[in-house]
Amino acid sequence: MYSKIIGTGSYLPEKILTNHDLERMVDTSDEWIRTRTGIIQRHIAADGQMASDLALEASRRAISAAGIQAQDIDLIILATTTPDMIFPSTACILQDKLGISGGPAFDVQAVCSGFIYALATADMFVSSGKCRNALVVGTEVYSRILDWTDRTTCVLFGDGAGAVVLTQSSQPGILSSHLHAKGSYNKVLAAPGNICGGKIQGSPFITMEGNTVFKFAVKVLEEAVSEAITANNLQVSDIDWLIPHQANIRIIKSTAQKLEIPMEKVVITVDQHGNTSAASVPLALDIAARDGRIKSDHCVLLEGVGGGFTWGSVLLRW
Amino acid sequence: MENTDIEQRIKKIVAEQLGVNEADVKNESSFVNDLGADSLDTVELVMALEEEFECEIPDEQAEKINTVQEAIDYVNQHTSH
Repeated sequence: MYSKIIGTGSYLPEKILTNHDLERMVDTSDEWIRTRTGIIQRHIAADGQMASDLALEASRRAISAAGIQAQDIDLIILATTTPDMIFPSTACILQDKLGISGGPAFDVQAVCSGFIYALATADMFVSSGKCRNALVVGTEVYSRILDWTDRTTCVLFGDGAGAVVLTQSSQPGILSSHLHAKGSYNKVLAAPGNICGGKIQGSPFITMEGNTVFKFAVKVLEEAVSEAITANNLQVSDIDWLIPHQANIRIIKSTAQKLEIPMEKVVITVDQHGNTSAASVPLALDIAARDGRIKSDHCVLLEGVGGGFTWGSVLLRW
Repeated sequence: MENTDIEQRIKKIVAEQLGVNEADVKNESSFVNDLGADSLDTVELVMALEEEFECEIPDEQAEKINTVQEAIDYVNQHTSH
């Protein structure tokens, strides 16, 4: 038995923050942001709008696209770096908001690779017959952990959510998944703060060694593609769509160039969304599925890299 | 391998990575100040050098490579070419 995505959904908060808006907030410029990152605008959650609220909208759309009822969902795996609270998990809060109960619900924390980790995990549950319909979500409100005076990080991220329904299928579906981590890089990209005695210890904001992240990301994203196609006896040319984590257009272009994948086969949303961390891959997948770019039988490679460091891929037949 | 060969290979990579004419790439050229590179270009340049010369350039070393000559010196000192 295999697992197969039968519905996708996404949600972006209403408020849009453009590069020109940022010019008025920190010492930066539209030109600098565009040339270094490819980002033009990003969405920002409203006050009080939590990761579970974004997840709820994306999930409803995915469930509707799948043609099932919320009650049919018997597993929720939610990837986020910006949970509603310390506990319980945002997955449990989402389950409540969906008005369902009973099946397992838990969060996955792999930062920007979170959705890839969550989807790979859900595939194991579904393809092994443990669950019938899994809801897999990536949702983020990064605006809450950005230092809006730090121009090197605050221009990069945005808020949003994406979701898919993964169901049992006699045909693939998901062909392979590969997950990796290199914990020795844990300090390179982090929000290192924690709560102790009712107070925040250390910085609660994102810190990043940009050049190290860039180099590592290009390297492992290239390796992840090679690993996936080799494992499936495919050629790079067999990939109809590459959906990489949307961190930075320069990382995406550099990876595509090394792999000789034409940019026409790469789904790009970073210009409109910024880096939405665990939400970026399901957001891009939903957009490309709904606008008709991804067609039945297409070979689609999802890949991500993020803090940890973590990285991985999921290869699937649409 | 001759040093002039290393120099030519490095200049070719620099020209390709930064999209400039090879003739404009001098030994004393600074990637950022003379050849218009930004910080991400220099990271990609270091990656291209690592690939060409099959070596790994640690980040703290890479930060010190700001000119063509510094790249040539690094490769001469740290690789078997």
